Amino acid sequence: MIRTTTRRAAIALAAVGTASAVLVGCASADPLAADESTAPSSGGDGTTLVVGSQDYYSSEIIAELYAQALEDAGYTIDRQLRIGQREVYVPEIESGAIDLFPEYTGPLLQYWSPDPEERLTDEVYDALVEAAPEGITILDQAEATDQDSYVVTRAFADQYGLETVADLASVDVPLTMGANSEAESRPNGPQGLASVYGIEVGFTPIEDGGGPLTIRALQDGDIQLAIVYTADPTIAQNDLVVLEDTEGLFLASHVVPVASDRVDEAAQEVVNGVTAALSSDALIELNRRSVEQQSPAADIARAWLEEEGLVG
Amino acid sequence: MNLVLDALAWLLDSANWDGRGGIGARILEHLGFSAAVVAAACAIGIPAGVAIGHSGRGRSLVIVLTSGARALPTLGLLTILGLALGIGLDAPFLALLVLALPPVLAGAYAGVESVARETVGASRAIGMTEWQLVRGVELPLAAPVLLGGVRSAALQVISTATLAAYVADTGLGRPLFEGLKTQRYDMMLGASLLVALLALVVELGFQLVQSAAARRAEPHRAPSGARERISA
Repeated sequence: MIRTTTRRAAIALAAVGTASAVLVGCASADPLAADESTAPSSGGDGTTLVVGSQDYYSSEIIAELYAQALEDAGYTIDRQLRIGQREVYVPEIESGAIDLFPEYTGPLLQYWSPDPEERLTDEVYDALVEAAPEGITILDQAEATDQDSYVVTRAFADQYGLETVADLASVDVPLTMGANSEAESRPNGPQGLASVYGIEVGFTPIEDGGGPLTIRALQDGDIQLAIVYTADPTIAQNDLVVLEDTEGLFLASHVVPVASDRVDEAAQEVVNGVTAALSSDALIELNRRSVEQQSPAADIARAWLEEEGLVG
Repeated sequence: MNLVLDALAWLLDSANWDGRGGIGARILEHLGFSAAVVAAACAIGIPAGVAIGHSGRGRSLVIVLTSGARALPTLGLLTILGLALGIGLDAPFLALLVLALPPVLAGAYAGVESVARETVGASRAIGMTEWQLVRGVELPLAAPVLLGGVRSAALQVISTATLAAYVADTGLGRPLFEGLKTQRYDMMLGASLLVALLALVVELGFQLVQSAAARRAEPHRAPSGARERISA
């Protein structure tokens, strides 16, 4: 009994000791923080840039595009890819631990200024530039978007002559939307469609995030309308039609690089060059190579940069 | 602790109980769907299991089938079936049937097989037909074990029927999934508690039926002995 107590006490003490050591460690040394004195210094003009990405395959590919284009221009790149979600990595960008990060205009704006009134491409971008904290530069936004969109089958679009979301008003059969269950209570679902466009639809939950079950339900006619990401290769593979969101029901979400002060003008030029080439079709094609061929992000990025003549 | 209180608050809020997507409707959907699956499993599993237990044929097949089917991940099966059959209740029904059939089949077969050979022989000796033997002797004696299989199936189906909401607008899986995706953890935990509660209530009900069957099968044994026998 006494021995057990002693052992428990020892374990407890050890645990407390470890915990405080960890806490002290956290307080004194942020492993991601750029340490000016020890940071390796090399490359074209003696700078090492830290490039990060979300824990999302498409974001990783875009980060690789930036990284390889910059390496080609003589910069040294430290890759911190697949970091996680916005709550985790944005503080790291703000603290200067990450120098360059592919982001999405709308969601990032929402992070810095919740419930923005801006919905459409250019106003969201302007608001984002405005909302960015000191020391962070928002570079040019790409044409490519990665955001929710309403899709219908080609046959359904042709039958009713659908091009925009508003055109759904002319459909004379009952409409059912299929999407993840959270869409039922979120503004991107039936409620938003009713309040922004005045179109009433039913709802069927399909929990695969616009995946194969959703596509199958569309093709079966169980649902007429589905929420799928604009950059999802499945849209082209299944010949789906994205309905244009003229009223800004979906927050515009263009690919946009976020840069620290350490990204100098020459480097900004390089990144903006990549952005200029990143059209909607280009992003879908990049994603397609990842999804269909399962190629590594670095290989996909290298091949595309060469095709576009962005590296030499 | 706060989370549990939030979940209870969600459960007790009458606004959450009303209407088509309210808790009351979800509970009924959940129970109805589970009952349909278990009924289908019984309709297939009990005759098949009794036939195998009675004749002694196909035992190895049952063992392979039941142990193999138990290893199938239900969500994976549901996705494959969903791709084949489309969304709606068909795919989850079949996926859960695959989950429910092995315990029902095993219970029926093991129950009938465990009836003492002397009893079977004596029944034949007094001139019972095979049908009379099955109905009058084997089934009543097998009932406690057989019901144990059904009980195990019902428990698994009720707790797994939440997956039906993956491809259909039904059951207590709906608030569970929605809570997960929208960080409404009160809703999620509240729905989970309800599923657990339903499972417990059904479990208790089966326990009562099962001990009644055990008293009937072996009236000479003390009730406590009967209970031990069932749980073994």
